[in-house]
Amino acid sequence: MSTDIERQWTTRLRHRVAGKLPPEKVLPDTQPAYVASWIYVFGVATMSAMAVVIGTGFILALRGPQWWHESSVGHFVNSLHLWSVEIFFFAMVVHLWGKFFMGAWRGKRTATWMTGVVTFLASIATAFTGYASQSNFDSQWITTQAKDGINSTGAGAFFNVLNFGQMLMWHIVLLPLVAVILTALHVVLVRVRGVVPPYDDTKKVGEAL
Amino acid sequence: MAFISFLAALIPLDGLGHYLHWGVIYISVANFIVIVLMILTFITALLAPFPGRSRRKESK
Amino acid sequence: MSKKGFRPDVDAPEWKGGHQPYDIIKEGTIALIVVALLTVVFAVMFGSPDDKEITIKTWANAAPLDFAQTALGEMNGTTTTAGYGAPYNTASTGQTLGPLQLAKWAGVRIPINTEKDFVIRPLETQPYDPTLSSALTSWKAASSTQQTTWVNNFTKASNSMKFVNGNVVASTSDSGPVPVFINDLTHMARSGALDADLISGGSFFTTDYTKPLLFLSDGGYLAKLAQDQHLLGSQWGMMNETNSYPGQAWLWLYTFWYQITPFSSSSNADVQVWGMMMLLSVILLLVPVIPGLRALPRKMKVYRLIWREHYRDQ
Repeated sequence: MSTDIERQWTTRLRHRVAGKLPPEKVLPDTQPAYVASWIYVFGVATMSAMAVVIGTGFILALRGPQWWHESSVGHFVNSLHLWSVEIFFFAMVVHLWGKFFMGAWRGKRTATWMTGVVTFLASIATAFTGYASQSNFDSQWITTQAKDGINSTGAGAFFNVLNFGQMLMWHIVLLPLVAVILTALHVVLVRVRGVVPPYDDTKKVGEAL
Repeated sequence: MAFISFLAALIPLDGLGHYLHWGVIYISVANFIVIVLMILTFITALLAPFPGRSRRKESK
Repeated sequence: MSKKGFRPDVDAPEWKGGHQPYDIIKEGTIALIVVALLTVVFAVMFGSPDDKEITIKTWANAAPLDFAQTALGEMNGTTTTAGYGAPYNTASTGQTLGPLQLAKWAGVRIPINTEKDFVIRPLETQPYDPTLSSALTSWKAASSTQQTTWVNNFTKASNSMKFVNGNVVASTSDSGPVPVFINDLTHMARSGALDADLISGGSFFTTDYTKPLLFLSDGGYLAKLAQDQHLLGSQWGMMNETNSYPGQAWLWLYTFWYQITPFSSSSNADVQVWGMMMLLSVILLLVPVIPGLRALPRKMKVYRLIWREHYRDQ
């Protein structure tokens, strides 16, 4: 009976997850001694900004796309949304620079780096669709210009930046979902592999491959 | 109503933007400030002493 | 201990040193509070931009001749949209990247016939007016050669086009119904009826602004306003925001390519720059597996600063 249970897909998956991500790895209470620089806070800062972006986006979604043009409260929430986005990209770029200069892909961390890069690109697309959904002069100009770039790749046949409804859906449903899932994956990979150790400067190493 | 007026920006950036121009580079002052702050933040993050390790440094 | 096969840019040395207490939940909570506070401070201090949209009504009232010339361009095929190619029509191949005709291959998915969609069909929705009605009747009865001749004759006379007492007039005698079309469409635009017609496209609910936006961007008025706001492509406009707000500064590299040769003078600049950015994105993605590139951080030694306490302790 117990071997039957052991062979269950559910049981196997639980063992795999528990093996790769035991609770002390999910929520570690210590870090290796080399984790001692302010540069380490920018990953967390990026996620915090993302939380504020999503929170203010939720409030904007509650009242619909006209609200922020008509009410000063709505306009203020729009301001919060804009500035949290500026902080989000600010923190993410500093985080990216930091991780590059640490060579943070070393030691089987390639997937961590790659999910981070894709999250960055997905965030740019999310922000762009936000600018396209503003429904003001700025969005009129941005979309009529951006259409040429996107049309030239053939993608414009399916992704029509001049279609406000389509852009709003991408901005508030599809792309945030992608960005959040990628971020979650990125964080899980960081927790599984841990924070990259420093380069070994004590040994002379030959030419890198 | 006082609450509503508080919501209006104190220093709204609604004036026409100022731009910097060097050769091919053409950048708004606002974007320039953001990028410079980003670089300064990065450098500060590298150089600033990180709390929690200072005790060990002193005992060294 | 064997270091054979250890690749310093791929492998990480195993950490044999100590660990220190590090409270990530506390760090995250503090970060969230700081970011939320900063957001509120910036929003209270600076607000956010919201320049009112431009309507075709605004445009036709502010610059009636620009509107009328654009409307004529939609008929004689000289506007951007009329000659665009895919995804709107087959008027041209569109941009190409070497042998790749990506736009053309994707096909005409958002069909737009500028003459019919921007001029004739909107005029047909107008309330009965004997002059317009007979103009439309004679247009439909005419052969396409005749239609082209009328449009070409009016195009030749368009240099003399004037806006007098609320009417678009030009000295032409053999342009058939075309002068009536352009004048009536201008009236329609100035009243706001053209906005309503192009936006709704015959249905009540809509969220698709493709047609009015294309028409609007075919004229010179929108671009003039954008130029005043430093938003043109040649002004690095993609990373700029209206007024004095910071914009999408992260688009700096994408915007940069448009400023330099060969892109700045290329008729295929869009697809070339997009191709370039996709290539660079893939390179960024693949940094961990590209020899030379992945060795950069080790050679630049910025990491000595990041981990200076660790190296000091060694």
